[in-house]
Amino acid sequence: MTYDEHTKVHPVTTGDSLPEVRPEITSTSQMMSGAEILLRSLEAEGVKIMFGHPGGAVIKVYDEMHRINPEFQHILVRHEQGGTHAAEGYAKATGKVGTVLVTSGPGATNTVTGIADAYMDSVPIVVFTGQVPTGLIGNDAFQECDAVGITRSITKHSYLVRDIKDLARTVKEAYHIARTGRPGPVLVDLPKDVLLAEAPFQYPETVNMRGYAVPEAVRPEKLQRAARMIAESKRPLLYVGGGAVSSDASDSLTELARYTGIPVTTTLHGLGAFPEEDPLSLRMLGMHGTWWANQAVQHCDLIIAVGARFDDRVTGKLDSWAPHAKVIHIEIDQSCISKNVFADCAILGNVKTVLERLLPLLDPKDTTEWLEQIDVWRQECPLQYQKDDKLRAQGVIEKLRDKTGGDAVVITDVGQHQMWSAQYFRFLYSRTHITSGGLGTMGFGMPAAMGAAFGMREIGSSRPVVCISGDGGFVMNAQEMSVAAAHKLPIKLAVINNRFLGMVRQWQELFHMERYSHTDLSDTNPDFVKLAEAHHCVGLRANTPEEAKQIIDEAWEVTDRPVLMEFSVAKEEMVFPMVPAGAATGEMITDRMTPNSFV
Amino acid sequence: MTDTLILTPQQIIRKKAAGEPIQPDDSEMIQSHTIVVLVENSIGAFIRVINMFSARGFNIDSVTVGVTEDPTVSRMNIVTTGNSRIISQVLRQLSRLVDTIEVIDLTDTDYVERELCLLKVCYNRDSRSEILDVNEIFRGKVVDITSKTMTFELRGPSKKIEAFIDMMASHKIVEVARSGRVAMQRDS
Ligand SMILES: Cc1ncc(C[n+]2csc(CCOP(=O)(O)OP(=O)(O)O)c2C)c(N)n1
Ligand SMILES: [Mg+2]
Repeated sequence: MTYDEHTKVHPVTTGDSLPEVRPEITSTSQMMSGAEILLRSLEAEGVKIMFGHPGGAVIKVYDEMHRINPEFQHILVRHEQGGTHAAEGYAKATGKVGTVLVTSGPGATNTVTGIADAYMDSVPIVVFTGQVPTGLIGNDAFQECDAVGITRSITKHSYLVRDIKDLARTVKEAYHIARTGRPGPVLVDLPKDVLLAEAPFQYPETVNMRGYAVPEAVRPEKLQRAARMIAESKRPLLYVGGGAVSSDASDSLTELARYTGIPVTTTLHGLGAFPEEDPLSLRMLGMHGTWWANQAVQHCDLIIAVGARFDDRVTGKLDSWAPHAKVIHIEIDQSCISKNVFADCAILGNVKTVLERLLPLLDPKDTTEWLEQIDVWRQECPLQYQKDDKLRAQGVIEKLRDKTGGDAVVITDVGQHQMWSAQYFRFLYSRTHITSGGLGTMGFGMPAAMGAAFGMREIGSSRPVVCISGDGGFVMNAQEMSVAAAHKLPIKLAVINNRFLGMVRQWQELFHMERYSHTDLSDTNPDFVKLAEAHHCVGLRANTPEEAKQIIDEAWEVTDRPVLMEFSVAKEEMVFPMVPAGAATGEMITDRMTPNSFV
Repeated sequence: MTDTLILTPQQIIRKKAAGEPIQPDDSEMIQSHTIVVLVENSIGAFIRVINMFSARGFNIDSVTVGVTEDPTVSRMNIVTTGNSRIISQVLRQLSRLVDTIEVIDLTDTDYVERELCLLKVCYNRDSRSEILDVNEIFRGKVVDITSKTMTFELRGPSKKIEAFIDMMASHKIVEVARSGRVAMQRDS
């Protein structure tokens, strides 16, 4: 056993790259309130947008915002959870850090789900929470909660700022930590008296954290070892996760795969990192991955894991996963290495940098035989659904794909529709698929789509933003529709209405003898068209494939506000293929006729 | 050893299931580890370390914390158990925390360890001399005495402390207070 990948490097100083536009004020000897220091720090950090909700503990910040009119936009969300997901959507679409500002107590607790979501999916966001004055902390004061304590195990790091002197430095560090290494959420708790106090403002140029080091140098002997393993393998497979997207390694990955001829399968978060229309793409692997991708895993002799963490939704039963494979693991987070699957060769570092350094050491491989074998599996069990005159979720997703040609940012919620989106959309570009994977948060989609749409607007991209939700999850954060409407965001909101908590229904059908306990939503679903209209959006409904096509065309005509398209689909539809939870990857249920022993 | 001989955990489990022979593999061996963690000197940093152990289901057998020669740095001495895979996870997870400055697993190095123990035991005329004999052998100190109880102070490696407590167990132990292990690498 070697601990050679385990590094805690001695004191490091990391100079951060400066934001593109430096505002006039980064330092002044004038006295400023803590609240203004916060806003000036965000300006200096290059923040362009913040999602927030006011309250007593942060009222001073809102007051200063009103007075100084900072260089960034504040978006008033209607629920703090929506704010956190919006910040995540913004961060994932743009690669920048998302920013959230909320008040103490309930404001802080409402962000918990979003923070946990960002932690699981490595999304860089900074959440500023108000706090009761330092003198009252611990007294069960009005709207007090221990925000740092509550979020300790779901943040990459957190701060309680007790002294105004530390405020600007803390903001600087928070953004640095959120953005670098394996990205993640950082929480900064701001007691009211610190926001009210006064001090001169100086925004630090660099951060100096002796305990925080981002692995930079890639060890050449590891690269050579990996190159040797790749050269020796006969049936290699690239297994690509979210790390390839967050490090913007898509181009390097594509080049490496095409040059060597190694096929690529991606996780849910890896979708888009490699064009799914490339013949080398095996599409998604894992629980609802393709038959051929999972067969390739079970038969390959080398897995090259790229920014992926061997999650249980990918591996299923660990002891029978990839039985013949040696493993090369390219990863920025040392704690992911050999956590679930032992890495024969672990390369610690930024995924993009590692791939760039690895490529020159590689030669084209003759993988024809291996690819032919994979093609046999591809024919054996293609992705398919019944095509008749009924409207089906998979068909809706294919229609959305046809409309956009794949050039869209697709945000999904959690459930069956999420898996069908992953299976049928055929993603082509990095950062065009945004979803809640690790935490699987219903209600993520709508606000995340809003955040992504703000991000697209900011970077001047005309890529349409399409949100695919289920009828269950959509209502969990539907309130943010009116915010998107107020800002004239032309988001396309597709609600796949099967009048069921579909994914739970599927498990009930397969593993609980069709006992549909509390998953039928027909009595409690709102009228989605009216819901959209009540939130100043356009609402459209389709019951047939023809109507679906029509309303999609209609929706794309609307450019000044969100459009909700309700697609009324069959409730019985199932997501296949499927590896039941805890089963071996080789044991896939491919349709209703597959005998399954997991009941 | 060539590459092909290294078994992955999956392979080990599979071979076992099939009843095939496997080479002894150290990854299955559970062992006690002494880990030194240097952290920022703040309660928050300390809690994050402890929290990580509980959130990820790792054991803590003992933990001590105190400031070091540098007043901004605290030193935690953590004793934990696990097989080498778990310990490597512990080390990686510790290193990953923003507030940890250095993480050192002393287990396979040459190091000194000490623990302090206070032990209060009941005595009577019959047991008094035997109790004092045991103390003598372990070179403990009597730090308090009443008509019914004696309190001893004992310093040394954890093993010695454990042996002392074992020996005293045949008498009526009223209270035991152990400091937890502190450890330091020897200079070679
Ligand atoms: C907040 C939350 N609660 C519960 C769940 C468990 N869950 C996972 S999928 C699902 C059903 C989702 O239903 P719907 O939004 O209608 O999507 P569908 O599966 O029907 O496409 C549920 C309840 C969850 N993921 N998140
Ligand atoms: Mg549904």
